[in-house]
Amino acid sequence: MADATRREEPLPGTTAPQVLRDFADDWASDQEVFKGVHWGKAMMWIFLLSDTFIFSCFLTSYMTMRASVTVPWPNPSEVFALTIGGQSIPLILIAIMTFVLISSSGTMALAVNFGYRRNRKMTAGLMIATALLGATFVGMQAFEWSKLIFEEGVRPWGNPMGAAQFGASFFMITGFHGCHVTAGVIMLLILSAKVLKGDYDRSGDYSAVEIGGLYWHFVDLVWVCIFAVFYLW
Amino acid sequence: MNHAPVHDISHKAALAPAHEGGQQHPLGVYFKVWGLLFVLSAMSYAVDYFHVEGLLRWALILTFMILKAGLIVAIFMHMAWERLALIYAILIPPIALGTLVWLMLIESDYTFWTRILFFDAGS
Repeated sequence: MADATRREEPLPGTTAPQVLRDFADDWASDQEVFKGVHWGKAMMWIFLLSDTFIFSCFLTSYMTMRASVTVPWPNPSEVFALTIGGQSIPLILIAIMTFVLISSSGTMALAVNFGYRRNRKMTAGLMIATALLGATFVGMQAFEWSKLIFEEGVRPWGNPMGAAQFGASFFMITGFHGCHVTAGVIMLLILSAKVLKGDYDRSGDYSAVEIGGLYWHFVDLVWVCIFAVFYLW
Repeated sequence: MNHAPVHDISHKAALAPAHEGGQQHPLGVYFKVWGLLFVLSAMSYAVDYFHVEGLLRWALILTFMILKAGLIVAIFMHMAWERLALIYAILIPPIALGTLVWLMLIESDYTFWTRILFFDAGS
């Protein structure tokens, strides 16, 4: 693990200035935690851990606000209902968004698998499918936001349906999550382009697909929590 | 060394947990989990659709949420096959959030009653 050869032959793409590499080497002290785990994967997990805390802070403050208001909380089941064919179906858009995001997680998991099988075309195709599903999700979210803002009159400081804190929590939580999805879509498109170009066949290492996949699954995971505690509660 | 181009697919069957270079599992696992996630999502939606209320509603919602989260982390994110050190480093710290939630529940209860008692029912 701590062999000197590693530092002398940096991988293609890791062309950090020597001074930065020396800095990192000093702090790493030639040691490596999580033996046999790709460093990028360990770092992605640690980033996701910090992101977990950020989203948890949002969700906890939402809980605090909702538990301390003395006026009724708007009923999400009715607020997010859609009228389809003259019939009002509760929460239907959110349900569809959930299925879309779960499906994108499914295609991403398959992409990772095909990556490790060295199947370049399948990997890139599945990643683009994942990105498309993610973009669909963001599109539906944009529709949901505009419906709430322009038709229902929901604002971060108030709304006609009840507790004023509803808008603040809604825009903050779903907005931050939507930004994550958007960033994920961009990341997927960049990664799939690199897959198609054969970058990972040349380096012989498809770990980047799995590491990108970790981020994508995390975004899905956060949505599972938002769906449960914000929309269904 | 974990950057090294590793593994030909031929020794796939011999892959141990957290094998260096990547995770290689049969595709069927992913399709099963995918299906399960769909079923669990449909069930949580059904909770809302059929207006299950009260304690049962919250219990069901949280159960489905935890099951879905567990499936995603364990299978899709491959945590089930990672090294124990990594699993503990990532999954133990979030438990601290329970303390935050507990403290904020106490705090919100206090705020609620302060509003009721001093601000004319919060209006």
